Amino acid sequence: MSTSTHGAGASAPAPAAERVDPTASWRGSRPRGGRNGVGTPGPSVWLAVPALLFFAFFAIIPLLGVVVLSFMQWDGLGTPVFIGADNWIRVLADPVAQNGLKLTLLLTVATLAIQMPISILLGVFMAGTQKYRAFLSVLYFLPLLFSAAAVGIAFKALMDPNFGLGRAFGLDWLNKDWLGRPGLAMPALLFVICWCFIPFHSLLYQGAARQIPVTLYEAAKIDGAGRISTFFHITLPQLRNTIITSSTLQIVGTLTSFDLIFIMTGGGPGDATRVMPLDMYLRGFRAYDMGAASVVGVVIAVLGLLISFLLNTLSGNTKMDSQMEGA
Amino acid sequence: MMRTRMAVVGAVTATTLALAACGGGAQPSGPAGATGGGGGGQAGANGFSAWVLTGATQTTMKNSLEQWTQAHADAPATAEYFANDSYKEKIRTAVGSGNAPTLIWSWAGGTLKDYVKNKNVVDLTASTKTLQDRIVPSVMETGKVDGKVYAVPNNNAQPVLMYTNKEVLSKAGINAAPKTYAELLDQVQKLKSAGVDTPIALAGQSLWPELMWIEYLVDRQAGDQLFKKIANGDPSAWDDPAMIDGLTKIQELVKAGAFGDKYGSVTADSGADAALIHTGRSAMMLQGAWVYGTFLTDAPDFVKAGKLGWAPFPTIDGGKGDPSNVYGNPSNFWSVSASATPAQQQAAIKYLNEGMFNDNYLNDLVAGGMVPVTSDAQSKFTGEQKEFLTYAFDMTKNAKNFQLSWDQALSPAQSQAILQNLGQIFLNQITPQQFVSAVKAVK
Repeated sequence: MSTSTHGAGASAPAPAAERVDPTASWRGSRPRGGRNGVGTPGPSVWLAVPALLFFAFFAIIPLLGVVVLSFMQWDGLGTPVFIGADNWIRVLADPVAQNGLKLTLLLTVATLAIQMPISILLGVFMAGTQKYRAFLSVLYFLPLLFSAAAVGIAFKALMDPNFGLGRAFGLDWLNKDWLGRPGLAMPALLFVICWCFIPFHSLLYQGAARQIPVTLYEAAKIDGAGRISTFFHITLPQLRNTIITSSTLQIVGTLTSFDLIFIMTGGGPGDATRVMPLDMYLRGFRAYDMGAASVVGVVIAVLGLLISFLLNTLSGNTKMDSQMEGA
Repeated sequence: MMRTRMAVVGAVTATTLALAACGGGAQPSGPAGATGGGGGGQAGANGFSAWVLTGATQTTMKNSLEQWTQAHADAPATAEYFANDSYKEKIRTAVGSGNAPTLIWSWAGGTLKDYVKNKNVVDLTASTKTLQDRIVPSVMETGKVDGKVYAVPNNNAQPVLMYTNKEVLSKAGINAAPKTYAELLDQVQKLKSAGVDTPIALAGQSLWPELMWIEYLVDRQAGDQLFKKIANGDPSAWDDPAMIDGLTKIQELVKAGAFGDKYGSVTADSGADAALIHTGRSAMMLQGAWVYGTFLTDAPDFVKAGKLGWAPFPTIDGGKGDPSNVYGNPSNFWSVSASATPAQQQAAIKYLNEGMFNDNYLNDLVAGGMVPVTSDAQSKFTGEQKEFLTYAFDMTKNAKNFQLSWDQALSPAQSQAILQNLGQIFLNQITPQQFVSAVKAVK
């Protein structure tokens, strides 16, 4: 069953990799090489073989295995038995699975809505050259250094209703059962997930914001544009490509988010945080219903591919040219 | 240039993400710190291998297997140690694929039945006769499937009982643990008005401590036959009025604030429920006998001062259940893998008969606050542990029925459905009737 976790995990981010044109760096560094020049000397296609083999062995084949397993009944012992579409019918009609899908979509939208604006603002702020900004940046990046498991355990201890933060500071309003009440658990998780990943996305935006030529801002200044209007008319449009990258990563990352939730709530209370990856795990490794777990795994993989594909198409990935031309 | 930068960042992050996703998924099932007598965990041609659980009885097992290897260099024991959850995830696929260790650790019950059905373990009825004669009979029963022994106990009896903080009880003017369910409700009220917000400590996030409540409530109301029917595959037993009654009582307790309002994120693995007792924030806790070891290590002064009390689960007025009936884990068990070679099986069986429950073994268990499952164990109880161990031992020995907890006795799919729905009963999200129909549907 590890195949399904790997299958879904490894295959889902694939579109993110796909949209990176393998020849982009070569073309970018030698702009005079002709954009669509036929017969231009380039790296041999054979160089891609090891990576493709790796991808086939660890992503494609397990993914196919999961698809096959989703039509079988298997409890981990004995031999899998083919049972047709029974698993699919059962899982798709299961309110727990439907709830998982709902929660996953909700979590995806919420993380995107919270993380994107904060990361852009932080990233643009950190792109400045002042010394204190560099110092603050170091602090912001700290969460990037911690493993998800460690973060989960630490926050679980901090949010403990009896022996957590509230008790340490004597603040009674903090003494809530953050991870144990259906209405509170999801927002609490959302907070931790954002805490974990905003630094990473800020880093992307910081890099991108530093690439914006100063000349653009100088020109705008001469035209009498203020701080806010330069942000909306220069910075944001210039960050467009990074916004696409960052949101693809966020969406795909949330679709497969598992470790933090597993450690902090285990899907509870009730099924309030039983998102799809967790649902898959619990079905597979707790109930040993490998067939049903595979169904959930396939749905996650398809959903991830679909969303990434849509995002690429809608954002006009194919004609993603430099925004600086003509500047 | 921007494109170059983005390409690199994109590629790197995509890879990281892929790795992170794999890591996240693989982590819980990875082996937890493999150490062992002979290392590697692979059985020698004439020796045997064992996967041992970390935690309470790890020292006992480690010492025993190492001493065995020293004395039997020609048939050495190799051991690997796993944490509870990672073990449970790994063992099933290992057994299913024929890669199991020679000795398979289990809780017997539903999993053992699956092993027997798939011929993964060997019949030990005749070969471990010497050992069986020493084991408390109510415990030995759990290792049998269709009257044949497929698993033998290897550590301590783990009956579930009611722990109390005597100090908190007496502050609310209560002298003894509740004897009946009505008394329990009454004491909850008294504790509440004495300012105890969480009269009963409950590790709600772990779910299985919630199971102990319904197990005992149903047993006290209807007797042990009701669950035996369920375990034997009769789903109509779920419809018994005692089941609805027990679930209703749980919701009654929840509404009365018996568990406070902060039990949903408390976990038992971290000992957070026991901490509520020894820090004086709760008065009662329904938990397994193994938690006594937690009290010994986490709050030795609390135990020494005699503030920790214990009692059986209260009876229900008019209930049919025998008050001596006990729920819990009768013990952990060893089975012998059918995929091991005959020589390896022989070596393992020899260890089961001769290597276990000797003086060192018993002393190690008792020192950790554990109740060994051999009939002759009582003479070993000494010191401050004596009172509790004697109590738990008598509880095990005198039980008319020592029932393996539901989540171990039933199939994994059934127990997951029960735990999931029971969690919702405690949250008042579903009615007892909804619980019954949801659980009944799962085979």
